[in-house]
Amino acid sequence: MSVLVFTENWDGKFKKLSFELVSYATKLAEMLNTSAVVLSIGPVADEELRKLGNYGAAKILNATGDGLNSLDNQSWVNIIFQVAEKVDATVLVLSNNNTGKALAPRLSVRMKAGIGAGVNGLPKSTVPFVVSKKVYSGNAFADLLIRSEKKILTLSQNSFELVEKPGTPEIENYPVSLDPGTLKTRVKEVHKQTGKILLTDAEIVVSGGRGMKSPDNWGPLIELADLLGAATACSRPVSDEGWRPHEEHTGQTGKIIAPNLYIAIGISGATQHLAGVSSSKCIVAINSDKDAPVFEAARYGIVGDAAKILPQLVEAVKEIKGK
Amino acid sequence: MRILVCISNVPDTTTRVKFVENSTKLDTGGIQWVINPWDELSLTRALELKDDPANNIQQITVAHVGLAGAEPTIRKALAIGADDALRVNADPTEAYFVALQLANVIREDPYDIILCGIESSDYNGSTVGGMLAEFLDIPSVSAVSSLNIENGEVLIDREIDGGKEKVTASMPFVAIVQKGIAKEPRIAAMRGIMMARSKTLKVTEPVSTEPMTEVLEFHMPKPHAACKFIDPEQPKQLVELLHNEAKVI
Ligand SMILES: Cc1cc2nc3c(=O)[nH]c(=O)nc-3n(C[C@H](O)[C@H](O)[C@H](O)COP(=O)(O)OP(=O)(O)OC[C@H]3O[C@@H](n4cnc5c(N)ncnc54)[C@H](O)[C@@H]3O)c2cc1C
Repeated sequence: MSVLVFTENWDGKFKKLSFELVSYATKLAEMLNTSAVVLSIGPVADEELRKLGNYGAAKILNATGDGLNSLDNQSWVNIIFQVAEKVDATVLVLSNNNTGKALAPRLSVRMKAGIGAGVNGLPKSTVPFVVSKKVYSGNAFADLLIRSEKKILTLSQNSFELVEKPGTPEIENYPVSLDPGTLKTRVKEVHKQTGKILLTDAEIVVSGGRGMKSPDNWGPLIELADLLGAATACSRPVSDEGWRPHEEHTGQTGKIIAPNLYIAIGISGATQHLAGVSSSKCIVAINSDKDAPVFEAARYGIVGDAAKILPQLVEAVKEIKGK
Repeated sequence: MRILVCISNVPDTTTRVKFVENSTKLDTGGIQWVINPWDELSLTRALELKDDPANNIQQITVAHVGLAGAEPTIRKALAIGADDALRVNADPTEAYFVALQLANVIREDPYDIILCGIESSDYNGSTVGGMLAEFLDIPSVSAVSSLNIENGEVLIDREIDGGKEKVTASMPFVAIVQKGIAKEPRIAAMRGIMMARSKTLKVTEPVSTEPMTEVLEFHMPKPHAACKFIDPEQPKQLVELLHNEAKVI
């Protein structure tokens, strides 16, 4: 028996999300009196693989072979399924990111395993197996009983603390051969955004809404984000208007994020917007309307004109950062 | 070519949900039911594709697993422009059950492109589309933000962490769509509403299966402390609180 955790890599590197997954799987394995096995798919150097050992992985399987540079859901599902059988996985853990969302449901059918999707904590109990999950876009939570013998959990990003547990796991190569001719999906082009902090990875996010008044006013917001090492985001009307790129749209129909700090500037706090950010650990709202619903979700607030307040915040952060 | 759009019937996105029967059931009193926002966009994209005769799309069907109470939502999809509809007559208790029922009807009567939304705004599972593809043993592409047909070949934009990929998929396949697939949802015109009444809505009975999961109880989010307001003349205090009290910067 084991807990199997799958992580992808990004150009041969893991990121915080991978370590969160391994930390989570290790804790879960302790609850189940077993150990956590990691499966990595695609080319990664051994040195990078060993980093997963810092978070408690007992064993690392490294699936390599031709055709693994891009995601083909069916062939990746085959690999994960075979490995799950091989290590007798009772629980499979994946990220609730794009890749995890693409693979987990297929694996649920293949493994006859019920899914707890987008969990942000360990199970409430393991016998019976009950997890808490967000429902109605964060307006409620459900205690979900997973009845099947095998289970799949997808973990929300930035929702589980890293737990260091250094070890020297065995690294085993798991050769796979994919015949490119049989793949039913094919990647023709890849466009990557470089040099920017990804919104989904960011620990701090500075976000602007219609209260920013014009796309020309984003300068100080971006400066504030740069100073804080933050990613920038926006409300839907802002991206719909083309003031900011679509990747920045957060909310129910955009990105769902859970940073440590979310600063909402000139955002009213409509339920659909809050649905995407309500899991943030600390929300700050700056809005000229003292009755804006965003203040109900915020821990700190300033009632005032964003155009006046932003430059002062920039100066204050510079001071604190000693710049 | 035939396209199937799977639709979920969900409470309007502004609903403040409440629960009854010891917090085990949604209080449906006063709820306005709507087509799940992503499904509305999938339907819109399917109709846009059909508008171009070069794409040679003969039929757009909407499919829903749910009880008769969902028929107004299905009729709305027909009014927006779907040609016909299927309903599997069962309470959509969990994604696995829904996907199994959909797979069952699609096996009987196959489609070339099957569209599902990235998630249903009630259970937020992001699972039906992938499960359906696996039941049918056909390819799936997830996080789809655009879908085009060029010379009979399907070209898809898929979002990845930190970028985009252009992907092709061989038919039949399931596309799991998100933001970007269509700009604004298409709205039913008067003529569409009239025509919807006479369009076919076929009802079939479900196949039985063991439940994989079950909701034991719903909880409301924990109320959090009231917002601390900072003097707008002293924004610096905010930065100090974030640094010293919340310790997030
Ligand atoms: C199905 C559906 C899905 C949706 N999904 C999303 C989603 O994913 N994400 C999303 O964001 N929205 C979404 N929406 C839209 C949502 O309902 C709101 O319309 C939107 O979030 C409002 O954006 P906003 O806060 O920027 O603008 P507004 O609601 O116009 O608010 C602007 C705010 O700025 C304040 N303001 C004005 N001037 C100033 C100033 N000088 N200084 C400081 N503050 C100022 C105002 O007081 C106001 O509170 C969705 C809607 C629907 C129907």
